[in-house]
Amino acid sequence: MSTLYSRRTVLQGMSLLSLGLLAGCDDSSKLSFKYGKDLSDKIMGRSFKLKDAEGETRMLGSYQGLMPMIFFGFTQCPAVCPTTLARAAQAKKLMGRDGERLQVIFITLDPERDTPQMLDKYVKAFDPSFEALSGTLEETAATAKEFGVFYEKVPSGDTYTLSHTATSYVFDSRGNLRLGLSASLTAQECAEDLLTVMEVC
Amino acid sequence: MTSFCAKRIKQLALGLSLIGMAWQVSAQTQVSDAWVRATVAGQPSTGAFMTLQADTDSKLLSVLSPVAKTVQIHQMSMKDDVMRMGQVESVALPAGKPVSFDPHGYHIMLMDLTAQVQEGSKVPLTLIVENAKGEKETIKVDAEARALGTMDHGNMDHSKMH
Repeated sequence: MSTLYSRRTVLQGMSLLSLGLLAGCDDSSKLSFKYGKDLSDKIMGRSFKLKDAEGETRMLGSYQGLMPMIFFGFTQCPAVCPTTLARAAQAKKLMGRDGERLQVIFITLDPERDTPQMLDKYVKAFDPSFEALSGTLEETAATAKEFGVFYEKVPSGDTYTLSHTATSYVFDSRGNLRLGLSASLTAQECAEDLLTVMEVC
Repeated sequence: MTSFCAKRIKQLALGLSLIGMAWQVSAQTQVSDAWVRATVAGQPSTGAFMTLQADTDSKLLSVLSPVAKTVQIHQMSMKDDVMRMGQVESVALPAGKPVSFDPHGYHIMLMDLTAQVQEGSKVPLTLIVENAKGEKETIKVDAEARALGTMDHGNMDHSKMH
């Protein structure tokens, strides 16, 4: 029994090692973040297909080699959305040259009111490198679902506002989901954890 | 004689109205650090933020602004990293206690904007505050439009910063 166990351990170790060698980077399944949540074992947000301001289809694969950080929101959100985008812009600066690989992506949860052109102007007001994506109502719902993002319309007088998940989702440069950053973290804390993701790959 | 009387009455009336104004001033709600988040062209709404402090127990009933067709008071709350937003009828302003309207709690929503809010411009706001006796006070402020990417430091723990 003990020999079997040790053989299994050796095999597991070898397969992990070969994976790492094949990929050319550390593919350890767990990461230790100081502030954010490790999402390395979560299969989420892999198959979204949305459009950018120019109407080009964008998928996770469109950002290969970059470190995508995805945040869901809407432009009529006065609080958490601008604060989170401003924090992302600050974290990118704090990361120095490594920050150039951070691709911030804002996905609208309100495609009925957020036009692609306005969305693009909105995110670029925070940092010219930021991208905004949008889809139809169905595509938006499907994308939110695959990220486990909650959102709902809240009637407000003649109009409505939205409640929604405020987590930022970070992928490594090979498209593996790695990190979840809560809205309560500071830019400095985000930058530290983002640099940890960069060390992996 | 009659003209003398009329003059006295006028003076008395003026004096009384001045006393009235002075009384109103003494019962005021103080507004500090009022600002509005600038918008990009076509963005239909934005938020206004400030700190209010009332002398006596009061409540903020409503806000008006020429830049927005609809103004509402909203409350944001965060639980399990889900941001929840909702309209509130009024906000209690306990006597002598500063109440913050910032991106982390209560804020004023300027909706159906009539024009883009340009950074650096002044946004006129009219606040209607009611005290415990039911007396209404109207306060006018010019809020400064700050950059869309303004970070709010209201709830930030500075000890964590390096």
